[in-house]
Amino acid sequence: MSNMIPFLPLMLGALAALFLRGWARNIIMLAAPIVGALNLMGFEHGVFWAMEFMGYSLELVKVDKLSLMFGYLFHLAALIAVIYALHVKDTVQHVAGLAYASSAVGAVFAGDLLTLFVFWELLALTSVFLIWARRTDRAYASGLRYLIIQVLSGVLLLAGLLIFAKVNNSLLFSHIGLDHDGIAQIGAWLIFAAFGIKSAFPFVHNWLTDSYPESTPSGTIFLASFTTKVAVYAFARAFAGEEILVWIGVTMACFPIFFAVIENDLRRVLAYSLINQIGFMIVGIGIGTSLALNGAVAHAFNDVIFKGLLMMTMGAVLHMTGKINGSELGGLYKSMPKTTILCIVGAASISAFPLFSGFVSKSMIMAAAVKEGYDYVWLLLLFAAAGVFHHAGIKIPYFAFFAHDSGIRTTEPPKNMLIAMTIAAIACVVLGSFPAQTVYALLPWEHDYQPYDVTHVLTQLQLLFFSALAFVWLNQRNLYPPELPSTNLDVDWFYRKLAPNIVKKVACKTYGAYEKLENTVVISIKHMLQSSYDEESGKPKGYFAKLWPIETMVVWVAGLLAAYLMLYYIIGLL
Amino acid sequence: MLEQHLAALPILIPLLAAPITFILGRSWFTWLFATSTSALACFFSWHLLAAALSDGVLSYALGGWPPPWGIELRVDTANAFVLLAVSTLSTLVLVYAKDSIEKEIEASKHSLFYTAHLLCLAGLSGMLLTGDAFNLFVFLEVSSLATYTLVSLASDRRCLTAAFRYLVMGTIGATFILIGVGMLYMMTGTLNMLDLASRIDVYESSRTINTGMAFIIVGVSIKLALFPLHMWLPPAYTYAPSAVSAFLASTATKVAVYVMIRFIFTVFEVEHVFEEMRMDLILMVLAIVAIFKSSYTAIVQSNVKTVLAYSSVAQIGYMILGLSLVSVTGLMASFIHIFNHALMKGALFMAVGAVFYRVGSVDIKAFRGLGKQMPLTMAAFTIAGLSIIGVPLTVGFISKWYLVTAALEQNHWVIAALVLAGSLLAVVYIGRVIEAAYFQEPTESQAHNKIKEVPWLMLTPMWVLVLANIYFGVDTSLTTEAANAASEWLFQNTEMATTRQEVIK
Repeated sequence: MSNMIPFLPLMLGALAALFLRGWARNIIMLAAPIVGALNLMGFEHGVFWAMEFMGYSLELVKVDKLSLMFGYLFHLAALIAVIYALHVKDTVQHVAGLAYASSAVGAVFAGDLLTLFVFWELLALTSVFLIWARRTDRAYASGLRYLIIQVLSGVLLLAGLLIFAKVNNSLLFSHIGLDHDGIAQIGAWLIFAAFGIKSAFPFVHNWLTDSYPESTPSGTIFLASFTTKVAVYAFARAFAGEEILVWIGVTMACFPIFFAVIENDLRRVLAYSLINQIGFMIVGIGIGTSLALNGAVAHAFNDVIFKGLLMMTMGAVLHMTGKINGSELGGLYKSMPKTTILCIVGAASISAFPLFSGFVSKSMIMAAAVKEGYDYVWLLLLFAAAGVFHHAGIKIPYFAFFAHDSGIRTTEPPKNMLIAMTIAAIACVVLGSFPAQTVYALLPWEHDYQPYDVTHVLTQLQLLFFSALAFVWLNQRNLYPPELPSTNLDVDWFYRKLAPNIVKKVACKTYGAYEKLENTVVISIKHMLQSSYDEESGKPKGYFAKLWPIETMVVWVAGLLAAYLMLYYIIGLL
Repeated sequence: MLEQHLAALPILIPLLAAPITFILGRSWFTWLFATSTSALACFFSWHLLAAALSDGVLSYALGGWPPPWGIELRVDTANAFVLLAVSTLSTLVLVYAKDSIEKEIEASKHSLFYTAHLLCLAGLSGMLLTGDAFNLFVFLEVSSLATYTLVSLASDRRCLTAAFRYLVMGTIGATFILIGVGMLYMMTGTLNMLDLASRIDVYESSRTINTGMAFIIVGVSIKLALFPLHMWLPPAYTYAPSAVSAFLASTATKVAVYVMIRFIFTVFEVEHVFEEMRMDLILMVLAIVAIFKSSYTAIVQSNVKTVLAYSSVAQIGYMILGLSLVSVTGLMASFIHIFNHALMKGALFMAVGAVFYRVGSVDIKAFRGLGKQMPLTMAAFTIAGLSIIGVPLTVGFISKWYLVTAALEQNHWVIAALVLAGSLLAVVYIGRVIEAAYFQEPTESQAHNKIKEVPWLMLTPMWVLVLANIYFGVDTSLTTEAANAASEWLFQNTEMATTRQEVIK
């Protein structure tokens, strides 16, 4: 076995980046994902580096088509993100980014739950530094909230895997499902919740929209690529075909659209659209047929690239202008024409234009939904697809690069950023135009799907054109919600504002009562002291104060002894 | 010759070396002598563990008088395992102490420190190895008196009050144990633990025996700082010199936990203590209260040494919790945590001592910005802190794993959840220090005078412990094997006691 453990090249790259500077670091950082991907090619399917740990057999690396597909994807994403971040002179971001990518690779090759859990936590610990790397107070606070929720997900996973270890006496990671008897049922739901948090299920999605836009321009590219995709992978392996996922997925695909439409921060718009795309994948996993599952993982594959591309273009805008709010931008196509074109490619891909990558995977999921009789789901997904086109396909390029001229004059971003975006854009077109040779060839399940037939193309084009029409019409009649500098209240208001207020009130009340009690006790003790000791000299008081804690201790000892003796006496009587 | 007396060596070597260090006076030679003595003891305890793992129980008759008449040293996997942790920690702390005590103990008292340290080591080893109940009291007093001296050596005068409180409480604890042993002797006429165990059977429902048990359990509870009786510990660990805190926090209370286990399992029998007297319920409640109350108190402290002291009380709660589950896995969790906690707390106190060495204060404000100024020390603190929290790949995770597994085995859902919730409190108190070190700017006065990393003689033992935290978190074969052998042996101990008794007759 001449191969390295899959996550090792990236991890070594991160370590090397810690110590190297300048061009040497750049070379190592570029080499790490390439070496890692080449390393993957040497793997055959099977289990490697199996070992024993506390009586359970662990499989550090388990290779099959599903994990390989995500393995390649993560190396590609890491490469693009590294190129994009080359100009940044920040050790923290470089090291954290590579270590984060390495954890993601480790997670998808984990053959057992414990290894998965370790990488699950590593994902959280490494990625939070990408948020903190922005070095603002907002980013720090947001990173802390992010970390708490991610660690919570890890703790849930740990609790679930402990239960499974006990029930099945095995930690191997395979299909789990939600139908179990007794205790295992709780375990399955705990793991489900852990995965759900990481994939930004409704009501626990706020960590994503909260923190991703707070990261640095290059940090967000890393963030958008890995955490949620690892969760999607985990769902595809463990909970494929659970019907509840269909409904959760549909909700995820639909509700972010409304927030995305009114959101002003364009990177936050993309964060919402990230949730919406994950919704599509979750629906695919929930349907659970091989067509749907293939669609879900293919969509994950494409999403990393086109969402990365969009994030990169917005990052470039932020990097060059220092602004990211739709209300402050506009007219940038004059000074950033290349970025504009690249952004439009990304927008076309996410909106699933034929010949662009989103089309070939999204239509798989939609087709699977129709085939399995989920008609309403299909309709809702159609609505969601229109919404995506609306907010990600039109709004992002329109408000950043066109709309009213904001008067900002700038230049194209640094070369490395352009190169990274170009690679992603080419990938979008290639994946969309030649799916059979590229992404379909990697798909884990058997399939014979052909995206380019008349019905699919026509439906999609109709959808897109009518959606564009709606935007144009709304804009012309001035009915479209204008980009205003504002803060949107999402459900996190409940736990960031409402809950603390209630807790504060309750805490104040209880504490007040406790304080009163304590005061009375303290006052009575003081009273006792004052009555028995001379206050003017002060000495006995001090002497007594030094000693009386020991007395208290002794009283406790005596109390405990008395309690034991009483207990034994009573037991003796019985 | 050495082979024959192997069991006595870990006690005798430091005991004999202690007066010599006192005579040697203060010089680096004293330090070298004390350290190599401790290292030698450590070497022999390693041998003892190997022997215990391969041959089972080793019995050594002190002075050639056969038990139960003479004093017996009994080495089994349980005490050899704890002994190894104690002597290793003692050696590392002595290496660390050379520079550390320069700043914290007056130069004239340095030789006293080494003497007291070696005496304490001898006492602790004696408590672990002896098979005689009265002899245990003697060694307990040896180690305790040395401990009070060690605590009072610090140049901060508040250590005197702390040492005095410790003295009063420790003496009460020791007296209670003596009273308890006296009552047992009165009823059975023997002091050998195994002999006691076989004779207690006859008087099982006797009130005197039960009273003796109450005295012994309360006495030992004071020594191990079980929750309501823990108040001597925080000031003692706070004001003692850092090297002393590191040594005591990682060994003294652990040995007391071992004594508790020994009395419950070897002398009084598990069924009697736990099934008839329901001690498991009391201990479980106290342990859980200890975990939460002490962790909470640790959160609100501003002195980092006090934080760690309260954290120790909470960690002792975990050990007692494992014991109170009354199962092989639970006991195993206790043993593993005894060993692992020594690694974590040792490293943490050493890191805090290093901060005191450079900054001159261990208030949480003094930690601001140290992540940049003392990167190695703070990295050590962070890793050891993660271990206390129970992050995977560290020993803390292994401890929590076995504890939760033991709780789940008996379907104690609530307890498993409480153990996990307790770790969240640890996140807060460790997190506060880490936040100050890495995310806050240094205070004005500290920013100006450049603070450097501590000497390598302090860093080396600290990092040995940190790496041990990681090593034993990944390769658990030694800890689990020894702990498993120890707890399985303790659970079938009653039968062994009776068979041995027949041989003697």
